Formats: sequence, structure tokens, C-alpha cells
Amino acid sequence: MDTVLAITFKGGVVLAADQSNARSIITYQSNIDKVKELSSHSAIGVAGPNCDLVNFTQYIAKNLALYRLNHDGLKLSTKAQANFCRSKLAEALRKGPYQVNVLLGGYDEDVGGSLYYMDYLAALEKVDFGCHGHASSFCLSIMDREFRKDLDEEEAINIIDHCIDEIHTRFLINQPNYMIKVIDKNGVRISKFGGDPSDT
Amino acid sequence: MSILEYNGAAMIAMAGKNCVGIASDRRLGMQAQTVSCNFQKVFPMGDKLHVGLAGLASDVQTVHQLLEYRLNLYELNEEREMSPQVFSTLLSNVLYSKRFSPYFIEPIVAGLDKDNKPFLSGSDLIGATVIADDFVVAGTCTGNLHGMCETLYKPDMGPDQLFETLAQSLLAATDRDALSGWGGIVHIITAEGIVTRELKGRMD
Repeated sequence: MDTVLAITFKGGVVLAADQSNARSIITYQSNIDKVKELSSHSAIGVAGPNCDLVNFTQYIAKNLALYRLNHDGLKLSTKAQANFCRSKLAEALRKGPYQVNVLLGGYDEDVGGSLYYMDYLAALEKVDFGCHGHASSFCLSIMDREFRKDLDEEEAINIIDHCIDEIHTRFLINQPNYMIKVIDKNGVRISKFGGDPSDT
Repeated sequence: MSILEYNGAAMIAMAGKNCVGIASDRRLGMQAQTVSCNFQKVFPMGDKLHVGLAGLASDVQTVHQLLEYRLNLYELNEEREMSPQVFSTLLSNVLYSKRFSPYFIEPIVAGLDKDNKPFLSGSDLIGATVIADDFVVAGTCTGNLHGMCETLYKPDMGPDQLFETLAQSLLAATDRDALSGWGGIVHIITAEGIVTRELKGRMD
């Protein structure tokens, strides 16, 4: 039921996810944050059960922090982080799988913004834009139509807004609030949200 | 739907006169939805050896990393290049070692041995290998691929004619399969080197 959307633009990545925590016929919360920071310049948008979301993202984020501590502050590139993420998902697949579909976005000096799509079976692919969840049926074609290689941040967020409008119009499940984060040379910051995650 | 048909793939390896070619499609899908048109399924394992992995995308990536590790370890220990026959046997053993919890892939191997004689082999997901002297196919449209290859194949083709045959077989076969296609890539391996060409096909 979760929705995760992401688009790369010139100089970074925009990650967005819905803020609903729901199961069966009940919505528990409408203000959770599904876009988790992994390092200073990368974040991961996760679709899946809340337990796996929290467990998996904390595991990856803390292992990345440990790497920095062990290697004198050396930061891993977004590509390295995505491959590390994939190897942990692949390892767990035949032991105790994490049921998470992720979009990992990050900024590197030499590459700019990059986005990696990963499904719960641990297939990894670098993409220009991506969606997870039922909403992908509505949003992928909007992104196909409107994406260009030289978007700026405002245009990228406009495309995300366009996708969210479509979800609100046509998707059966009510997902009123969305968290939108931007990753660029200044790091990860919140662009806007529907419900304040700290308001619990 | 079978787990081997979750992501979609189509690949052919074909022998020519002192050359081999290996071609694959570029689609990464999640059942009906297409995620990417740039997914790599054919991997170089040295100058004259390529392995194509069709099947579950996650296992394609895992097995590729595993094979590269095993090949590198062999070459460090033995101080010589791994021949295609040995690589094919290695692959078979790796797959059979997981007989009761297999990797969901169907690999094909294409290479030139040290005398530049073509070598082709294909395998199922648990390592049953077949060695062919004309062509081997794998993926979600093997019926189509077999038919096209049988029709267009001639023995002793040169590198350019081999490329044409591979390209036309792959494109015609994938055009009738919903789960594969969305682009193509062909590698022709000769004694001089490897030439890689991308195919422009129907993006549906």
C-alpha cells in the first residue's frame, strides 16, 4: 500500500513517500517518515512493513557509520552504498527476508545525483526516476512523459507533485500526506510534508 | 507465474568461424511492469569469455558476483587463464551445490578456447549442462529463440554475418514475448577482440 517516488535532477535527487502507517482496514498514523537518512548525502525511501522498514534502514545506516569510524571518516559513494544495501538484502533473502522495496538516492561530487531502484528480492538497477507500490501504475507514465536529463530542483518537485495529485485523484487507498526530501550538495533536507513526523 | 519468469529475459549465444557471439535483451521488469531498459545480463569473464544469465534478476547479480570471485581466485591460484570448458564446469558445480535451494537462473556460456575455437554451453538452474556447436538459448521465450536460430543459422559465419544473424533472431523472437525485449545488446568475440553493438528495437 506504500508509495515511494523519486526523480533525479541536475545536482541531486528528490525522494518522496506517503506518510500512512496502515494495516487491514485501519490507519494507525498519517505522519510517519518513510524516507530515512543513511548518511550526510544519501537517503532511502522504503515501502514495506514498518518493522522491516525500521530494522533494515537502521542496520544499513549504522553499518555505514561504522565504516566511516573504521576507515578514518572515508565516506562511501552512493553506488557503494546501494551495492552494500543489495548484498545485505540478497544475504537475508534465503535466511529471513526483509520485505522492503527501496529507492536509494544520493549526491556525490563527481557524479551529481544518482538513484538506485531495489526490489525486495534484491535486484539492483540505477535509474533516472522510479516508483514503488501500487501507485507506480499511475505515476511511471507521468514520469516517463515529463522527465528530462536537465531538470532543476523546482521542476523535479513539480513532477512529484503532479504524481501525488494523480494518486489523490485515482488511487483507491487514501494517502493524504506525503513527505518530500531533497538531496543535493548541501545534504539531505525536508522540502515539505503533510504531517509532522515529530508530532507523535 | 514461475519465479524464473518474474523479471523476463532473452538471450542467444551462437558460434561462427573462429568467433562466437552472445546477445541479450535489456529489459528489467516486475511481471507486467517495466522498470528499466538498461539491465545488464551478459557479463565478460576475461578477454574471450562471456556468460549470459537469464532468470531472477537478484540471482543474476548474485551469481555474477560469485562467478567473478571464483574465476579470480582460480586465476590467482593457478596463475593461468580459465578456459571456457573449465568455467562451464565450475558454473555447473556452483549451481548443483545449491540443488535443494537453487539460484533461479539459466546461464549460457560463450567463449573462445586458447586455439580460438568457439565454445558454447547452456545449463538449467541446477547445473545440467549441454555443450553445442551451433547455438544455445535461454530466457522467457526459448521457443521463439530456438525457432529463429534454427531458421537463420548457417555454419562457419564470419563476425559480421554472425552479428546480423544474432540481432535478427533476438529481435524477432522478443517481439512476440511480452516479458523480454526493450532493447538489445550483441557482443562478438574474435581473436582480435570484442565488438559490442546495441540494437534499436521495438520498445514495447
